[in-house]
Amino acid sequence: MDLNLSDEQRLLRESAERFVAESYDADHRRKMANDPLGFSPVVWKQFAELGWLALPIAEEFGGLGGGPIEIGILMEAFGRGLVSEPYVATIVLGAALIDRCGSTAQKQASLPKVADGSFKLAFAHSERVARFDLAKVATVANKTAQGWRLAGSKIAVLDGHAADEIIVSAHLHDHHGPSGRLGLFLVPATAPGLVLTDYPRLGGGRACDIELSGVQLPEDALLGNGKNALPAIEWAVDRAMAALGAEAVGIMQTLLETTLEYTKIRKQFGRPLSANQVIRHRLADMAIQVDEARSMALRAALKADNAPGERARAASGAKAKIGKCARFVGEQSIQLHGGMGVTEELEVGAYFKRLVAFDTLFGGTAHHYARHAQLGRVTQPG
Amino acid sequence: MDLSFNAEERAFQSEVRGFIAKNLTDEMKRATALTPSVFSDPDIGMAWQRALHGRGWGAPGWPVEHGGPDWTPAQRWIFETECARAGVPNVNVMGVKMVGPVIIGFGSPEQKNFYLPRILSGEDYWCQGYSEPGSGSDLSSLKTRAVRDGDDYIVNGTKIWTTHAHHANRMFALVRTSDGPRQQDGISFILIDMKTPGITTRPILTIGGDHEVNQVFFDDVRVPVANRVGEEGKGWTYGKYLLEFERGSGIASAKLREGLRAITELAESDLTGRAIDSPDIATRISEVEVDIDALEMTELRVLSALQTGQNPGAVSSILKLRNSEIRQAVTRLGVDVIGHDALAVEPMRPLYKLNHEPALPEDMLTVVPEYLNGRAYTIFGGTSEIQRDIIAKMMLGI
Repeated sequence: MDLNLSDEQRLLRESAERFVAESYDADHRRKMANDPLGFSPVVWKQFAELGWLALPIAEEFGGLGGGPIEIGILMEAFGRGLVSEPYVATIVLGAALIDRCGSTAQKQASLPKVADGSFKLAFAHSERVARFDLAKVATVANKTAQGWRLAGSKIAVLDGHAADEIIVSAHLHDHHGPSGRLGLFLVPATAPGLVLTDYPRLGGGRACDIELSGVQLPEDALLGNGKNALPAIEWAVDRAMAALGAEAVGIMQTLLETTLEYTKIRKQFGRPLSANQVIRHRLADMAIQVDEARSMALRAALKADNAPGERARAASGAKAKIGKCARFVGEQSIQLHGGMGVTEELEVGAYFKRLVAFDTLFGGTAHHYARHAQLGRVTQPG
Repeated sequence: MDLSFNAEERAFQSEVRGFIAKNLTDEMKRATALTPSVFSDPDIGMAWQRALHGRGWGAPGWPVEHGGPDWTPAQRWIFETECARAGVPNVNVMGVKMVGPVIIGFGSPEQKNFYLPRILSGEDYWCQGYSEPGSGSDLSSLKTRAVRDGDDYIVNGTKIWTTHAHHANRMFALVRTSDGPRQQDGISFILIDMKTPGITTRPILTIGGDHEVNQVFFDDVRVPVANRVGEEGKGWTYGKYLLEFERGSGIASAKLREGLRAITELAESDLTGRAIDSPDIATRISEVEVDIDALEMTELRVLSALQTGQNPGAVSSILKLRNSEIRQAVTRLGVDVIGHDALAVEPMRPLYKLNHEPALPEDMLTVVPEYLNGRAYTIFGGTSEIQRDIIAKMMLGI
């Protein structure tokens, strides 16, 4: 039992924090918020040079073989600077799905390019009627003589506009009809029949809705051997929730520090706001919730490779709890900044919006407490 | 990073399990489960303390030279966790975990030689004389006075919320020996024999129906000056040192998990008409379980820091605060789970020695009393409001 960072992990944290503190300032964030791409290709190249894109990819495919803990360290630092590069879409979801489901040839074709920064991915899974139910997919892949034909609609695809290839989930229909299995398809962004409607995302970055009308794909566009992809999708989303939880912790930590400073400087009734016990206790509660969120993000990362049931409960527990903490810390940060907190003149609002987006992504607090309850009862700790 | 225990630690875990299996009687287990107050009565608690002492485990936090087992933080975690899972008696902490560390830290060689072995063996049973009717959160305003008369102090005043004063043969107390410029000055830490003439104890019943706390009166009580720990007038420093032990023993999640498990079992039982089938109850169970998960991780993070000699800092206030709040959430959930059965009151104590058939199934007997008595968790050992003051000051620097 040891929850201390290794020397390598400490170095990773230091370099990520330094990069964000030095390169990712308020001006950069403002510029990105109005940028049609939503992120900076220059920064993406720097991520590649720093080895962060290669981080979780297996060594045989040009990666560094890191795991959820390393991703969490990076994501927490990203949260502190409100980084808007498509890291979750390309690395945490996209590369992970190819790594888990792909054939050696498929991995060889994309993972080295992902690691060197020349290839970006996205994951198109959610559909309007499914809400947050990962098993509910109406998109269909029909087997054809040449390969597959995809039809359906996807929503809330993170950073899909920037992707060279989009991983699309669909029900596999072979010559006998529905197979009952989900498949994952590598769809080039330029594929005919694919229409992408892109919009700026709450809290930074972009997202899109996708229409697939008879998209023709070759045989080898199907990731792996066509066995049911649902367990892999659940695995990848659980890991993404752990990573996003770490990012939320970084955001909350920044909000706590910013708000704390503000209450020390802002004077009303002849004394700093922080001299009032009601304010001090509010800040204490915020600090407690940031700490609880940190514990839960770490827990979800530590259990990301455990058996599916335990992993899923840890991920849902973390998502629910961190979402609850994030709303509290975010809303109170605005409250304690007073009227200024509600304006675009301060950055508090931008950080808050990213937290709201976090809480919504892959299902909010209520959804994940319910999933947690459904997944089982009180488990043994440790 | 690694959440799992190594081979040595797993061997220790099975050693602890073996010890518990051999020494924890069904009677102790049942009595503990049917005790809705914080601590087991001395007959149960001290029986367990004697068993621990026999194995050399009587005082896990003490240095080896005074009889501590020299455990690593991970071993202490394993020990506490296994004890909680098995449902061992809740030994009164006033001896081993409170006055013991103060005597070790600040006592004279004579005091160490006399008192420490008697704490370990359970021969002495301690109570704590801190709060007074006029001094709660503002503890250092205390007024119980000790006036020097030759080799004695003459003590006059009163202490309140004194847990198990009616069982204890000794009390450690903060008393005023002089008036300094600050109210924290002039307080001394003394050890009082409860059989000394002039001491009277009045029981206070808590809202759950239990007699656990008391008010103690001192009327010209003679206490030898030799019973003062450390310097005269420095008692506040020693007292605060002790409070940090009271708050930050730091391993509470396992016990909370057991509490939630008991409530969940009730919710899954036909006795409650399967309360768990209500989505509201099921979700709230998850919500509390997740809070326990978060607390457990924070405890493990602190433990990891301790293992490498880092100081965890004000996080002990976070642990105390969250532990008390989650305990209350568990007991509140319990009341909701048993539904109409929350209406039945069983006034007799102890619940494990009733001489009549209770109105409730045995598994439900403690649910409402635990909820009611449990309101005290966010009050004793420094209220939640005081903990938030400490967090603001120590963690946030305001």
